[in-house]
Amino acid sequence: MQLPPAVHARLAAGPGAAEPLPVERDPAAGAAPFRFAARLVRFPREHEFFEEGDVQRHLYLQDVLTGVAGVPERPRVPEFTCQVAGCCQVFDTLEDYEHHYHTLHRNVCSFCKRAFPSGHLLDTHILEWHDSLFQVLSERQDMYQCLVEGCTEKFKTSKDRKDHLVRHHLYPGDFRFDKPKKSKGPATSMAAMEVPTEAMGDDGDTMEVCSEHVTPPPEPVGEKRTYRHRVPSTVCFGQGASRGFKSTKSRNKH
Amino acid sequence: MPGTAFPAARPVGVSSSSTMLSPRQGLLRPVGCGVEELRRRRREREAALRRARREQQLVSKRLLRDDTPEEAEGRCVAAVLGEAEIQQFLRLAQRGTEEKEREGALVSLRRGLGHPETQQTFIRLEGSMRTLVGLLTSNQALLQLEAARCLHELSHSEQAEVAEACLPATSYLLTYLAGHSSDLIELCLYTLGNLIVESEAGRRQLLPQGIVPALASCIQSPHLAVLEALGYALSQLLQAKEAPKKIIPSVLASPIPEHMLRLLQPGPKLNSGVAVEFAWCLHYIICSQVNNVLLITHGAVSTLGLLLMYLAGTVQSSEDAGLELLFLLQKHPSLLPEGLWLLNNLTANSPSICTSLLSLDLIKPLLQLLPVSNVVSVLVLTVLCNVAEKGPAYCQHLWPGPLLSSLLDTLAFSDTEVVGQSLELLQLLFLYRPEAAQAFLQQSGLQALKRHEEEAQLQDRVHALQQTALHR
Repeated sequence: MQLPPAVHARLAAGPGAAEPLPVERDPAAGAAPFRFAARLVRFPREHEFFEEGDVQRHLYLQDVLTGVAGVPERPRVPEFTCQVAGCCQVFDTLEDYEHHYHTLHRNVCSFCKRAFPSGHLLDTHILEWHDSLFQVLSERQDMYQCLVEGCTEKFKTSKDRKDHLVRHHLYPGDFRFDKPKKSKGPATSMAAMEVPTEAMGDDGDTMEVCSEHVTPPPEPVGEKRTYRHRVPSTVCFGQGASRGFKSTKSRNKH
Repeated sequence: MPGTAFPAARPVGVSSSSTMLSPRQGLLRPVGCGVEELRRRRREREAALRRARREQQLVSKRLLRDDTPEEAEGRCVAAVLGEAEIQQFLRLAQRGTEEKEREGALVSLRRGLGHPETQQTFIRLEGSMRTLVGLLTSNQALLQLEAARCLHELSHSEQAEVAEACLPATSYLLTYLAGHSSDLIELCLYTLGNLIVESEAGRRQLLPQGIVPALASCIQSPHLAVLEALGYALSQLLQAKEAPKKIIPSVLASPIPEHMLRLLQPGPKLNSGVAVEFAWCLHYIICSQVNNVLLITHGAVSTLGLLLMYLAGTVQSSEDAGLELLFLLQKHPSLLPEGLWLLNNLTANSPSICTSLLSLDLIKPLLQLLPVSNVVSVLVLTVLCNVAEKGPAYCQHLWPGPLLSSLLDTLAFSDTEVVGQSLELLQLLFLYRPEAAQAFLQQSGLQALKRHEEEAQLQDRVHALQQTALHR
């Protein structure tokens, strides 16, 4: 198709150059046996008209091989160490460091040093595990918020919330980021007394060595610290880890 | 090195799409394959895709690889893993003492999972998925990433049961979308996309798990790799057959459409890999006809118009001109059907655009398209009918001119639809410009018509035209 050279200039010249020609229809137009009528055309999703485009789309999906490293290859930098206190991990690409940082240091509870996949889960954890006001309020109203983004349901107990997650959101019953808080203090209405399902040992968390930022297993609140599994003495839990249980006494008043 | 040594189910072929859009691509080509062989394979793949589409079984997945080409070669030669080996790797990954050792075990597992046989063995092994999910959710950053890569390989499998075995991991994949590690998020998104397209069971689980809100948050990421992956996952979701009823309404109710349109704005920030995915997302939404008015209020029409003009290398002069799209068609003839469809919808009810077509001498270029194909012919003729049906003032500009002889040519076509549309145009022309009928006779028009006198679909119209021509 050869467009006349002047078209470019004339289109750029300005909008609505010409007044539209007058429209004058004859009723015989498109009358039987003819059938033409100017009309807007819409094709439904499955229409054959889209076949060609769909084929090209799928060839593209099959052909495009995307590398996580991307093209070009990730630049290597001189080795550097993670600057977070207690972490001795070394890196030679920024992307590896980024992943490390975001996984292990970014959403970390300053009370118990547990790392969480997202800010949302960290906030929920702090609220439910370390906020004494939460404990007070939860006696009177539904405070346990559903973990699924976009769901605003709240529940009286951690168990109710878990039931909701399983039944309504089809989450697994042993969802790892919904560990209920164990309380060794006097029984209270809000305490989630059920035993955490699987020990963290399942996934090898306990074998972490000093070079990684360690997440200690969830500990019961209370005077006695019991380890649910044997931890080798060579394992350190990071320098200056603050347990954040200073408010234990007041909590146990309930 | 065998001539056709190549990992199973890996992509082959050279994309012939426009070079204007060139997303980041790595193409693996089998050693020892000539151009002809590639073309033949491509044609086969196209035919297979057409068949699949007709049966509504169109399933394609994307695969993410971080290998260098050398590593990829190594993969071809890597052996199938047996049960014992898989168990060993898993055990090492879980309980090895050295971090590098644990990571290495998972890398070996991942390489093995490139083979369909290993995939089958893996999913049949009791506790294997559970262990893998445990590694995915551990707080060991590198193990997590490697476990995610293993899952991704499984999600890409052509065997339904392998991909479906990954479904227990979906709540975690969604959880990580709210995190901040773009590498992990990208992997999770491609994996989710593969699982989404695999089965309705997967989608039935992902929707209540909150995939739409999760994507809505994630679409605000500044990382292009994440956005491309998100677009892919979303496109798979929107392509599902139950999407118009079960998925599209909630997507439209979310902030996703605004962000999609933002990512399609032309300009220096436009990323082609990202834009390709979201353009397809928009297509699936729009052709489902759920609530296109909403998209229009978000500015979909102007965004897409500006984008087309940008791709055509022109500047849009006025908001409702739309004729600049012809520049795009000139550059990209493969887009003619879609472009002419658009032109039909622009001209059908618009005297001003029809007038512009005439005043800018665009009839002749349109006529040049008639021989391209039957589909294109019918569309061109329809657009011309849109102009002609507006009355004598318009037909005055259609004849005298090249139109009549072009129509005499199309009457020689064998395709009934093309001829039928030509007859419609002739009727309008004769009605509003009687002198044209005279010229038609003089140019052996009656002979041209006679050819179709016996054709069932055409004969009534043929006879009517013969009468009109003879009695003017």
